[in-house]
Amino acid sequence: MRRIWAIIERDLRRFRRSPTLIIVSMVLPLVQLVVLGYAFGGKIKNLKVGVVDQDHGVPAIKLKEMFQAVAANARTFDTVPYSDQAMALRDLRTGRINGVLNIPPNFSRDVLAGASPRVALVEDNTDQFSASALEGSLDQLLVPYNSKSIQPRLTADATLSIVEIYPYVPYIQYLLPGTIVMAIFISAMIGGGIIYIDDKARGLHEGYLVTPIRKLELIMGFNLSGAIKAVLAGMVLVTCGSIIAGIPDPLNILRLARMAILVMAAALALISMMFLLMVRVNDPLVPRAIFGVLNTVLFFPSGAVYPIQGFPPWMRVLTAVDPFTYAVHGFKELVLKNTGLMAISFDIAYLLGFAVLTMAAATLLFRRTL
Amino acid sequence: MFDLEVENLTKCFGDFCAVDHLAFNVEHGEIFGLLGPNGAGKSTLIRMLTTLVPPTSGTARIFGFDIVRDANSVRQSIGVIPQAMTSDLDLSAEENMSIFAKLYSIPRDKRRRTIRELLKAVDLDQWADKPVKMFSGGMRRRLEIARGLVHEPKIFFLDEPTTGLDPVSRVAVWDMLARLKSQRDLTILVTTHYMDEADKLCDRVAIVDHGKLVALDSPLKLKASIPGKNILEVSFSEVPSGWEDVLKRLPEVADVKSDDHVFRISSNNGPRTTTELLEAARTAGIAVTSLSVQSTTLDDVFVHYTGHQLRDALQAPPASSSPFMIPRG
Repeated sequence: MRRIWAIIERDLRRFRRSPTLIIVSMVLPLVQLVVLGYAFGGKIKNLKVGVVDQDHGVPAIKLKEMFQAVAANARTFDTVPYSDQAMALRDLRTGRINGVLNIPPNFSRDVLAGASPRVALVEDNTDQFSASALEGSLDQLLVPYNSKSIQPRLTADATLSIVEIYPYVPYIQYLLPGTIVMAIFISAMIGGGIIYIDDKARGLHEGYLVTPIRKLELIMGFNLSGAIKAVLAGMVLVTCGSIIAGIPDPLNILRLARMAILVMAAALALISMMFLLMVRVNDPLVPRAIFGVLNTVLFFPSGAVYPIQGFPPWMRVLTAVDPFTYAVHGFKELVLKNTGLMAISFDIAYLLGFAVLTMAAATLLFRRTL
Repeated sequence: MFDLEVENLTKCFGDFCAVDHLAFNVEHGEIFGLLGPNGAGKSTLIRMLTTLVPPTSGTARIFGFDIVRDANSVRQSIGVIPQAMTSDLDLSAEENMSIFAKLYSIPRDKRRRTIRELLKAVDLDQWADKPVKMFSGGMRRRLEIARGLVHEPKIFFLDEPTTGLDPVSRVAVWDMLARLKSQRDLTILVTTHYMDEADKLCDRVAIVDHGKLVALDSPLKLKASIPGKNILEVSFSEVPSGWEDVLKRLPEVADVKSDDHVFRISSNNGPRTTTELLEAARTAGIAVTSLSVQSTTLDDVFVHYTGHQLRDALQAPPASSSPFMIPRG
């Protein structure tokens, strides 16, 4: 036990003396949270839409007025009047505007004759997010335009009532669980991957191997010190990240305690996985080379940035074994819904089971000799 | 009983045997030097003896403990300074020692005392709390020597402890080793390729080449074992035909080697051969353009037994040469 602690002590003393690594493993995920959180999921505003009125009738003017009202209030788009359709389309192609609303010459006649009047939206669909924002906004616009000025007294139309059981979750909050896991992962990657292999290459491990330390003591020492560093990074993200993302009551002790348990389970799982991956590696380039790939392969299939239900079947296999999935799910429950530990007991069990399995495999593969 | 007994120790990597049926014993209290060109198998031998590499066949015993079967008892009784500098650069000298003392399960009060004593013994007590990354190469080596002694081993293995050090630091390291040896009743096994060091400090020297033992004795006896007690290096203004034979016939000459017009003459009596050589040159009407007379050195012994001075061999680059590592110290 004393020997395990000696390995941990050495690692933690070193950790304290190299603040750069501490900063990288904690600040990088925070920066990512803020940048990604605000880069995605914001309401799209001020798209430029050209309006070509070839009709000039009263219904067309009514439509244009409603259109301008949206432009003035919700500001999803700004209108740019065009007299010439060809010129509007040319500007659309050169990217000066994002869409063209075309009111055809016979629009008013069709409205008055009740002959399915049509307006056309020509959109730049290379940007799907802008295009669907534009479509959604125009669809909504046409509902009040079509509604009869005199409502029937009895209506048979079914309507859908939506009940939201949690307060509105902005994207930055949705992203926070993944970011916490990412911080734990980066710490595991730097401590359990890069520094571990660097030490091995420098011959530091050779110094340990000639002492009477046992194989299991050495592995436990490396793993626990890595896990402690990862827990520190995770807890910094849990507190700072919650404050930045505007989670209500971020410093509640009970909530932090629950989070700490999940952070520990996730840290153990990820550091054990890293140790298994690195147990036979000697070249310092390897952990650096696989860092990015591993991050992509673990982070994105976990449901941290997009719902799992949208994944193709092959990726769901990855999702099912990925420890990130369970850690992210657990943090979503705790961060966004403030549930108790019961709700995430399976996540914690999976992470601990994963840690035990990978540690056992790493111990089998670990060589006490050079 | 010997402190270290090596019996037919062999390590092969595929077809290539780095250490090939080596056998020798090391007596208590001696400084035993392992000499050999790069790639001769010295480091592999040390790594086997210190339990870092399992042997392919054969065995070795340290204080009677088998290096494979009783590896843990061996580890407890040996002190090791690996070739690479293995101190933790971010930690202080004292912290480095303390971590190792803990790995050897030394109780707390004894730990403090031993660390202080050892740091004093290697003249680092005034830098005890400074981070090792601020140390020079010689200071780091001395710290490692102190670290290797923290559990008071009776046998000490050092793999090229002075490689890469400046001459002053080299002398300091050797002085320290000699002093520690007598103070602490140590047996020391050391590899080096500085022949002058081996000559001055080792009680016995083993010359290893191609993984095999080619000579083993005290430096004095080794030097006496090769033909010629002195080496004359001489060059002449011109070299008439048959001149080499003339030189070979000079009194006390054991061997003559020539490279163009420079001759290397091994002689059993340097002064006499020199006099006769000058006489012969004057008689033949040839001017001597340069002449030097040296005693036989371990270098000559080394060349005599290994038959070459420079060995080119390919080897895998060490992982520590990677340009990707986070720089430290």
